Amino acid sequence: MKIRHLLLAAAGIVVGVTGVTEAKRAYADDLFFPVMVYRTGPYAPSGIPIANAIQDFVALINKRDGGIEGNRIVSEECETKYNTKVGVECYEKLKKKHGGAMFVNPNSTGLTYQLIPKAAVDKITILSSGYGRTAAADGRVFPWVFNFPSTYWSQASAFVNYVGQEIGGLDKLSGQHIAHVHHNSAYGKEANPTLQTLSKKYGFKLTLLAVDHPGQEQKATWLQVRRKRPDWVFMSGWGVMNQVAIKEANGIGYPMDKFVGNWWSGSDADVIPAGDGSIGYKSTNMHAAGTNYPVFKDIIKYVYGGDAAKAKANNVGEVLYNRMINTYTFATEAVRDAVKAAGGKRPNGDQVRAAFEGLNMTKERLAARGIGGFTWPLKVSCKNHEGDAPGVFIQQWDGKQWKLISDFIPAMSDVVRPMVEKAAAAYAKENNITPRSC
Amino acid sequence: MEVFNTFFIAPFADMIGSPIFLLEVVIGGILAGIMYSLVALGFVLIYKASGVFNFAQGAMVLFAALTLVGLMEHSVPLVLAILVTLAVMIGCAYLIERWLLRPLVNQAQIILFMATIGLNFVFEGGGQIVWGSNVKKLDVGIPEKSFEVGGVLLNTFDLTAALVAAVLVGFLAIFFQKTSVGRALRAVADDHQAALAVGIPLKTIWVIVWSVAGFVALVAGIMWGGKAGVSFSLALIALKALPVLILGGFESVPGAIIGGLLIGIFEKVSEVYWGPAFGGAIEGWFAYMAALVFLMFRPQGLFGEKIIERV
Repeated sequence: MKIRHLLLAAAGIVVGVTGVTEAKRAYADDLFFPVMVYRTGPYAPSGIPIANAIQDFVALINKRDGGIEGNRIVSEECETKYNTKVGVECYEKLKKKHGGAMFVNPNSTGLTYQLIPKAAVDKITILSSGYGRTAAADGRVFPWVFNFPSTYWSQASAFVNYVGQEIGGLDKLSGQHIAHVHHNSAYGKEANPTLQTLSKKYGFKLTLLAVDHPGQEQKATWLQVRRKRPDWVFMSGWGVMNQVAIKEANGIGYPMDKFVGNWWSGSDADVIPAGDGSIGYKSTNMHAAGTNYPVFKDIIKYVYGGDAAKAKANNVGEVLYNRMINTYTFATEAVRDAVKAAGGKRPNGDQVRAAFEGLNMTKERLAARGIGGFTWPLKVSCKNHEGDAPGVFIQQWDGKQWKLISDFIPAMSDVVRPMVEKAAAAYAKENNITPRSC
Repeated sequence: MEVFNTFFIAPFADMIGSPIFLLEVVIGGILAGIMYSLVALGFVLIYKASGVFNFAQGAMVLFAALTLVGLMEHSVPLVLAILVTLAVMIGCAYLIERWLLRPLVNQAQIILFMATIGLNFVFEGGGQIVWGSNVKKLDVGIPEKSFEVGGVLLNTFDLTAALVAAVLVGFLAIFFQKTSVGRALRAVADDHQAALAVGIPLKTIWVIVWSVAGFVALVAGIMWGGKAGVSFSLALIALKALPVLILGGFESVPGAIIGGLLIGIFEKVSEVYWGPAFGGAIEGWFAYMAALVFLMFRPQGLFGEKIIERV
């Protein structure tokens, strides 16, 4: 009897110790990706494809590659409802879990603004890809924030560049009239300073038309568009505002091929409610739509077991889904570089930040990760967290799908970069930050 | 001097200089106001019959529209989908009476108001759990064609909404004024206990009024969902109805219509002519400001009942 008890106890100890060791090993090696998303609330139609894409991408890397350099990715979702206050709570709840967050992707400009001072203290990299605080492109003042591949300001300047291309040259912008229909929020107003500067430089007339949250009623705005008859309308909208704007523009007979949304105003959810009325509507983008790239074939194969219909139902190939695949491919590569720098182990915050800063996504590297031709190559640096190739693609809705209709259109960095540095310097002064030298 | 010109000279000069455009703005306001009225009517019905400000009315609009479009996505024909949705809203009315209102009979109005806040979350969450949160296109066959009449742009969808609202108001006015059920509803609103004492079946009345409010929510959901797609944002249109209620009075069906029209016109005119001076997007808070100023002179609203209580 005693021997039996002794054997059981020994077995128990062995199992326990092994389990603890295993758990500790797993804990020590895991790479934690906090997922701050919004599947509920007024912005859920945009938040759902974003959330699905992040979860699918994490599952793909774990299933296909066994994680990053052999380190499993652990993710945990927190519902922000696109509410800044709730988002900050999510950040505080998740930041130290599973050995600490590798990086955070707030998925909200307002939330990014709130997290910038916190993340610097917590040594957590913020990746606000194509949104957030534009001035954060100056890495000397914002070492912990990255907003590649383009900021709002670069995007607005690339739009003006596109208009120039369409009308036969930037010199022909003089006499043109551009209206900016924008969400009446920090996000919506981001493009205004750039457009105002470019309006003075190139001599086009600029009309700013703000739309109140959430944007279900826009009759007054579009009556003004009808009256002023701008040659082009650029839109910085979000959620239901986009859907209503496209319908109203169609209602006043505004030519849809002269109506260009920014990349948060060009998703599948934005055009579907307007039906055929949205055919011809354009928007900027930082990548392609659809599933015609190897990474999506892999997602369907590894995550959905080859069930393409189920993948489609979960938004695979939609614009905002693809946005996150793009963002997380870049982020995963940065974390991969950080893991290598840490000798194959989980990197610390400084190592992750350094890897983001040294990220070089060449054409070959993009192709190796299954997104060759899906987006453009870029290189991040200490000074420039926006990357060295800001710009946009232009896509157009044909009634069934979004199609890229332009090559890469570069931003006007000669105009935008000095504005970024000026804004960053002002932020540094306000917050007693001594800029790094790069 | 420049400020004086911006606020007091330029807008009026612009109106006089372009009367056709002013007319277009006013008509745009009227058509938008009718859409607000559709939502406000639901609030009025519940308030008129039970003295409760139904915080969940916006969520009911969302729930009804989600149910309708969800059924249509499952290949249910439009007419059948509308009938089933109506049945669902009547079922909800029964459950609300049984599980929410009946236990709270004779409680203070603030208690009933708090209960409707809870109900709001049930409708919002329930609708999204069952039908999802993705935006859905709602096409009930209302044509959406724009055309000009004397330089004024009109849209068939907006005109249809106006017609629907007019029919609905006519129906509700007759229902409240000319039917015994309508009179019973008004009696219940005045005093629950007194209504019970004279033999008015409180439970039945509440089921009827919440069912009618559910029907109005469905109509509002169809019109707003057809305009902007069906998504969670529909629940937020309740915010557009509040200044309408303040202006028109909480217990007046015609008040909801007149209030809606006035708020619509006021919003559009202020946005177009004074908006640029403020940086735009003023119509939302201007509507509330106008309603608050109005409250100072007529606290019960345009058509609200003046309450005189003896001390």
